[in-house]
Formats: sequence, C-alpha cells, structure tokens
Amino acid sequence: MRRMMLNGSLVLTAVVTVALCSFSWAQATKAEEDRRLGMESHIGKLTGHAAAAQGTYRRYCVGCHGVLGDGEGENAQWLDPKPRNFTLGIFKCRSTTTGTLPLDSDLFDTIGRGLDSSNMPSWNPLSSQERADLAAYVKHFSARWVTEKPGTPIEIPKKPEVTAERLKAGQEVFQRVECWKCHGPTGMGNGPSAATLTDDQNRPILPYNFHDGNRFKCGTTDEDLYRIFMTGLDGTPMPSWSDNIKPDEAWDLVFYLRTLQPMKSKAKEIARQIGLKPGAPSAAPASAPQQ
Amino acid sequence: MTSARKRFASGVLLASLFLLFAARDANALPAFARKYGLRCSACHEAWPMLNYFGQKFKDNGYQLMNDRDAPIWQNNGYWPVTIRITPSWHRESTDKVAVDQAASGQQRVTSHGFDVGGLDLLSGGTLDKNLSFLFVLSSDENAAFHFESVNARFDNLFGSPWLNLKVGKFELDNIVSEKRGLTLSSSGGGFQLYHFVPLGDNNFVGQIGDNQFGLEWLGHSANDRTRISAALINSSDGNVDLPGSNSYTGFFAGSQAFELGKLGTQRVGFYAMVGQAPTNTLTSGGPDFPIAGGGFGNKNFSREGFNGIFYLGKLDFQVVTQHGSDDAYFATSTAAPGALPAGARSAVWNGAFVETHYVYSPQLIFIQRSEWLRMSQQAIPGTPSNLGDIDNYVFGYRYMPIMNSRAGFAIHNEYSWIRQRGGAPDGTDLTSNSLFLGFDFDF
Repeated sequence: MRRMMLNGSLVLTAVVTVALCSFSWAQATKAEEDRRLGMESHIGKLTGHAAAAQGTYRRYCVGCHGVLGDGEGENAQWLDPKPRNFTLGIFKCRSTTTGTLPLDSDLFDTIGRGLDSSNMPSWNPLSSQERADLAAYVKHFSARWVTEKPGTPIEIPKKPEVTAERLKAGQEVFQRVECWKCHGPTGMGNGPSAATLTDDQNRPILPYNFHDGNRFKCGTTDEDLYRIFMTGLDGTPMPSWSDNIKPDEAWDLVFYLRTLQPMKSKAKEIARQIGLKPGAPSAAPASAPQQ
Repeated sequence: MTSARKRFASGVLLASLFLLFAARDANALPAFARKYGLRCSACHEAWPMLNYFGQKFKDNGYQLMNDRDAPIWQNNGYWPVTIRITPSWHRESTDKVAVDQAASGQQRVTSHGFDVGGLDLLSGGTLDKNLSFLFVLSSDENAAFHFESVNARFDNLFGSPWLNLKVGKFELDNIVSEKRGLTLSSSGGGFQLYHFVPLGDNNFVGQIGDNQFGLEWLGHSANDRTRISAALINSSDGNVDLPGSNSYTGFFAGSQAFELGKLGTQRVGFYAMVGQAPTNTLTSGGPDFPIAGGGFGNKNFSREGFNGIFYLGKLDFQVVTQHGSDDAYFATSTAAPGALPAGARSAVWNGAFVETHYVYSPQLIFIQRSEWLRMSQQAIPGTPSNLGDIDNYVFGYRYMPIMNSRAGFAIHNEYSWIRQRGGAPDGTDLTSNSLFLGFDFDF
C-alpha cells in the first residue's frame, strides 16, 4: 500500500512538474511573441506595425502560412512549392547578401509583387499601409529580427549596353559556373542535377525554367535578375555568385539569359543576328553529365 | 428550475458550445478557393461580397495572374463547380393587402414558416490562360431553372489589362454588386435603387441590378485601382430569345480607388445606363398574343449616379446614388405611337442608399442599409408628388462558423422594413416587413 502511495506521489509530482514547466514555457513564449508584436517595419516614410496586421494576416495569409507563421496553414498540404516558414527568418527575395536578413522593403516588395512559380499571388490591391504592417508581422514570427540586423544591400552597377560580345561572354559564364547543371543547357530547368535538388527543409524543388515567361521569382527587370545572381535565393539551392563572378560578368549573364526567354528583347534580337544558339556545341562540355 | 427548463437550458448551452467550437478560422467561393488554395476571406470581405483583392481577381478573369491560372495546372479531378442553397425560416407581413373577406376590402396579411429560396449552381474559371467563363444556373423555390449568367471573356488582350471583352449574359459592372449582396430577406434582400419602377410605369428593362445579354469591354490598371467599362446590351432585361425588338442599351461605369493613410483604400465611381426599349409590340390573333421580337415604338430611359466604397477601420460604407428618367410613354404605360394622357411627361426620380458593414472579423459581419427613393417629377401633372416614394431599412448579421477553401456556411439573421407611398389598394401607404433566419451555404 505504501509502495503504491509512493508511486502515486512520484507520478503526481512528475505530472505537476511537467505541467508547471509547460505553463511557464507557454507563458514565456507568449510573452516573447507579445513583445515581438511591437515589431515595426520602415519603408520610406511608411511605418508598419505588426500588431495592426493581425486581422489582415488572418484574412489573407493564414490559410497557407499558418497561425504560427510556420508555413503549415491548412492549405499548405496542397501547395507546391510549400509556403514560407517565417519562423526561420530565411527569405528568397532580398537585396542583401546571402545568409542575412532582408530589408523591410524587400518583404514589402515581395508581398506586393507575389512570387512567380508559386501560389503566392500579388497582394498589391492591399494598401501600402497594410503591406507595411504585414511586413512587420512577418518579422515578428522570427527571433532573428531581435538579435540580428538586416544585411547590407548589394550594389548594382549601372546596366551596360547589350552587345554581341556581351551575349557570347554571358554564354561562357553560363558554362563556367555550370548554371546548366540545374537550369539545363537551354535553360529549360532540366539540367542533370534538377531532379536531385531540395530546399533547406529537404523538400524537392525545381530550378527555374527560363522558357516559362518573362517573370522571375523575385522580379521582372534586368536589375532583379542581376540581384538574384549576387544575393542568391536563400533557402533554395540557388547560391550567391557574388564571390565567383564579377559585376560585369553578371550583366553578361543577365543578357544571355534574356535570350532564353520567350518574349522579344534586344538581347534576343542580337542573338538571332549573330546566330547565338542556346545549347550550342560549347554549351554542354564533353565532361558534363548526361541527362 | 423545472426539469423541462433544465433540458431546454442544456440544449441551448450545447448548441452554443457547438457553434463556438465549430467556429474555425475563416477560409469562400469554393470552386476558386479549391483551385488556388486560398481562404475565401482572401477574396471576400464577407462571402459573397468581394474585397479589393477579390475584385482584382474577378477583373483579371478569375486569375491571380501567376503561372497557375491555366486549367492544365489543376489536378485532373478538379471540376470548378459550386452549389449554393439557403434554407430558412421567415416571416412576412404586409399591412394592406386586397382581401375579399375583409370588410374594408383590405387587411394585414402575415405568414411565416420554413422555406427555401432556391438553388444556385455555379461554375467559372479559366478555359486557358486569359480565357475565362462563368455560368450560373439558378432555380426558384420549385426548382425551375434559368440561366442567371452565361458568358465567356477574353482577358488581357495583347497583354494589356485595359482590354478585356466579355460576351453573353452577365452582371452589369456595378462596383456595389447586388448579386454579391449580404442581405437575403424579401423586403430587404435586393437594392430598390437597382430595380425601381415608378407607380404606373411599365418600363421593366431599366433595372441595373438584373443580369443582361450583351458585350462588355472592361479596362483596369494592373493593381485594379482604376476601372472603366462600357457595355452594349439588349433592351430585354436579360430575357432570352430576343423578346423585344432591335433595341439596345448602353451601360458605362468607372471608378478610382485611392489610399487614405491608415483608413485604407477608398473607391469612388460613377455609372450611367442610357437606352431605348419598345413600348408596343406586333400581335397575332389579338392583343393578348404578342409576336416575339415584334417590339416597336422605342422610347428613351436613363439611370445614372455615383457610387463609392469607403473604409473607416472595421466599418465600411457602400454608397450609391441614382437619378432616373423614363419617357412619358413608359411612365404612363402608353403604347407608342398612341396618344399620351393630357400633359403627360417623363417620370423623374432621385434615390440613394448607404449600406454599412461592421466587420468584426472575417467570420462575423453586422449589416445595415438605409435606402430612399423620391419622385421628383410625376408623369401626370397633379399626381401627389410623393406617390411611389420608397423607404427601406435593413438590419442583420451574418456569422460564418465554417469558411474554408472547400465550403462556406453562414448563419444569417435579418430584419427589414419597407414603405411605398400610395402603394396600398386604397391609395394610402403600403408597408411590409420581413424577418429572416436561415443558413446560407455553398460547397
């Protein structure tokens, strides 16, 4: 009988201890979250307030990104690619160097632009204030914004004039840094490594197919494409090339990649005139793995 | 407390708890929500009323303008279809109805009971990138169906959001949409302004709230802040088989949205409907046998006004005004080229409504609408100046315990009251009121 009482007391003590720990952890988490609800975003003259975006987030975002911002909303199971997990504080579209936090304006722009090749639409019908508030709310999910500051924005040199020489040079860069391994020799996203790619959460991910349209995940302009090379898309296999290619070479690559896209462009017209073809003999080195 | 009372109290408590716990976070038009994986609250201020994002989605031809718009991206099993039905209990009361058994020839008639308002079968979406369609098959309470909407639309022609062409039967480009209205009762479900016909007038084709057959051009800015449209429609009030004649009506609308700091995005606009319609028809075998398509004696009518949607935190206001005019032939129900009554002239009126919403959350919305229509010129001189004037007030709330990307379920409660000056059989004012309690759901 005494032994039973002793066992009972031990179980009760354990239960109470676990309950108290859980309670205090929950309290601490809640307090931490409440503290972060004071998070702000600053975009030009606009100041966004996380607390003001709770209703907006619930209306527009929670179905995919989830109540906790962990990308586990009720629709997430049907989506590919999966919604971003904001708690990690890792973002594809940044103007800052790889591995660093984005600027508030990067988050603001992403919300307004949407992400091509994903289910994230453009939310530009929302007012600027609502988007600024949402940017602050996105930040509040990750403690990274408490301990770190956003990275330094990369500099984008003035775009040079597109020439035949630059297109050829761009094609050489495409070979040298082995863009084709993922994006394929002709940029169709079917390179030999394409099937093996995963994101930072080990989920399969497809490389960009340049033949799909004129939009990239993080913008539409030549400058946006330049920025993608140099900052990389954090959380995906697309690295930053800022240590491997010079700014001039990055522009050459921009011009060459434009020739792979379906819409008309000056680069494409010059490529036609000089007979530059994607996947030409030099496009796939003999040593390149076969698909 | 007696045991019966206890059981009743327990039942109420259980029902309340069920509703409380069944209340999940809001997610709406399931056919589109299923396609894109967005909650219905993303497009609807409260289902079925659109918000700015939903309006942009509609204006883009039911497209988010990403690379997933074409149906080829959907699972083979995806079928863009939605069913909407509204079972209810409602009470209707009209104070002066012509009744044979009444000593005065008229008396109040009140009825109440369980009912159903009919069923809508909706399908819409894209046939390909930038080629969209919509059909809405609606039934009355006896399951007699008609085509409420049937149209196809070429979107973003030449890559421009300013070039969108729609052909078929469609809702006119009313930025304050009655079809997406939040009120359901008999006396307050529709907008009087969108269907007003002066007493003694027989022009039924000037109802901007009815879907119409025609061709519509719509242009809008990329972010949908600026919208402009023009439609050429049959003067047939949306009826099939060309019942009137070769008469047409034009409908024009435009609006501009702008940001007003922390208040949010406001929108102001205008609309104008200008047209002609027959007042007479060819017959065969007597005046009771009109020949379809044999209308003639076309006369003019017009409706024009301003509209706006204004936000003030959780409050929003939908405002519509109208100035309307019907030719004297319509206004006196005279078949042209017959002789008009002495002194007959056009019927002219002005009207407005303000519908206020308090959006407590995407799942709970409180609604109030006040509507006034005032005759400014009667067709027959000497007619009481207020004959046919209408006052309409509606109060209600709509609570959506279930609102996900597969289905929506709303509990709807509404009271409305309407008065028409001189509309009773004895020429005095006629008033009616409705009480509506129902479920509104779609899947």
